[in-house]
Amino acid sequence: MTGRAAANLPYKLPPPLFDARCRACWFGAGLVALVVASFVSLDLQWAQFFSRDAMAAMARFVGEFFPPETRPAFVRQVVAATWQTLAMSALGTAIAAVLGLLLALPASRLHAGATARLRTPMRLLLNALRAVPELVWASLLLIAAGLGPFAGTLALAAHTTGVLGRLFAEAIENAPDGPAAALRVQGVPEGRIFWYATLPEIVPQLTSYTLYRWENNIRAAAVLGVVGAGGLGQMLAFHMALFQMPRTATVLVAMIVLVGIVDALSYGLRRLLTR
Amino acid sequence: MSAVAGLARSSGRSSAPPTRDPAWLGRVFWTGAALVLLWPLCVATEFQPGRLFDARSFAVTRHFLASFLPPDVEPGFLALVARETWRTVAMATAGMTLAFALALPMTFVCVRVLSISALSGSMAPLPFAVRQAVRVLLVVLRSVPELVWALVFVRVVGLGPTAGVLAIGLTYGGMLGKVYGEILESGSAHVSQTLLRNGCGRLQAFWFGLLPQNAGELISYTVYRWECAVRSSVVLGFVGAGGLGQLLDGSLKMFAGGEVATMLIVFFGLVAVADRTSTWLRRNLA
Repeated sequence: MTGRAAANLPYKLPPPLFDARCRACWFGAGLVALVVASFVSLDLQWAQFFSRDAMAAMARFVGEFFPPETRPAFVRQVVAATWQTLAMSALGTAIAAVLGLLLALPASRLHAGATARLRTPMRLLLNALRAVPELVWASLLLIAAGLGPFAGTLALAAHTTGVLGRLFAEAIENAPDGPAAALRVQGVPEGRIFWYATLPEIVPQLTSYTLYRWENNIRAAAVLGVVGAGGLGQMLAFHMALFQMPRTATVLVAMIVLVGIVDALSYGLRRLLTR
Repeated sequence: MSAVAGLARSSGRSSAPPTRDPAWLGRVFWTGAALVLLWPLCVATEFQPGRLFDARSFAVTRHFLASFLPPDVEPGFLALVARETWRTVAMATAGMTLAFALALPMTFVCVRVLSISALSGSMAPLPFAVRQAVRVLLVVLRSVPELVWALVFVRVVGLGPTAGVLAIGLTYGGMLGKVYGEILESGSAHVSQTLLRNGCGRLQAFWFGLLPQNAGELISYTVYRWECAVRSSVVLGFVGAGGLGQLLDGSLKMFAGGEVATMLIVFFGLVAVADRTSTWLRRNLA
């Protein structure tokens, strides 16, 4: 028996319940405080919402939706609006993908030695584009572009450019730099390096980001019309304001079907791509 | 050098590198195809960039943009903006809390990894039906945009934050439930299934098997959704749920550029704060 263990194990204090350096504790406390403060400071009328009157009003309101309007003329109008919504989201996303890539280039450090002077101002610009929600962009752009789907398309493009530009910049910076370095030491100009080395590497990632945003934008486009920017939302706001509930119901059904189809398509596509 | 020349000769090609992009045909074709596809989209969205520079509307736009500077910093207005900003954040937070409370039990019910009957062969019919039912409920909840929920609730409970909180709670409940489910099912099921096989309850398998594996991803997704909720609670203000959106709607209708500029700066700040929080969380907790 050479290395004998100590006769008495050294006594250790149990870990304290609260440690001032425990970041998770502070964060948890802050979170609870934020939630409590939110519920306290908002004058939420649960009692009124769950009262019998409100329930009856709700039931009456939902009852008015049925049966949805199915006259062929109106259905044709809804289908046209659905197509417009789809076109708004697709065109807005396409513009955003192109602009986002153009803005992402100066917003990223292409190689370790690059000065990238424009990086910070460009990122600020992208953040600013992203910080303003689509609907706010739409109501700002209505002044310049007039009522209609054009303003909606531009609004989607503006917000999405911010989102995609940031994601694209991250993708460019994280791309493996072997091929680009190989071309760079040969003296190939920066533009061609991007075109022939960096871009082919990140195209799959860019495509999947763009598709994901398109999915989001279809949802956004469906409601943009509420401020007058065309598509299904405009019909929804119009008929709801006139209390034409059966027509509103048809528009709602079109919205849900559109979102459902897009969800199913993108789910299927992703299954196909990852298999 | 001679080896390279020999290789080129043996492969039957000229040794000169191609002077043209070898993939040009494909590139030109796909660019052309994209332009052709773009045409009907442009027609459907009445895409006329010329309209932006039409003399009359351009004058209005320029006048409006010029009034952005300087932003309105009158103390009374700033106090109002601060109060409404808090209302917006509070609406988003309360809505997220509601959504979380809604999503958690539904996720727990519909996660396939926690099925005991699926441990041996296929899932029993009743659990399968229950899981599918919960999934359909989640799909319905999130396929109605929150703005539509808000429009409906505004009719029932009247103008105010209640409608906004409920709308965010329902839509985001659906989204959180679906994505939590996907995250929990995407990882390796080995740990939780071993626990279940050895007689653990579902809750224990969840707490000690699934949660530790996926906590980081769950946290970062929740923070991201909170950021989205802040943005959508601004949007809900436009239909009368109060907060920054309602204030902005008023200022826009009065063409008060300075006030609009101040509020846009506040948006920018809010998103920056959410970004920082999320980065910090991912570094320290996940």
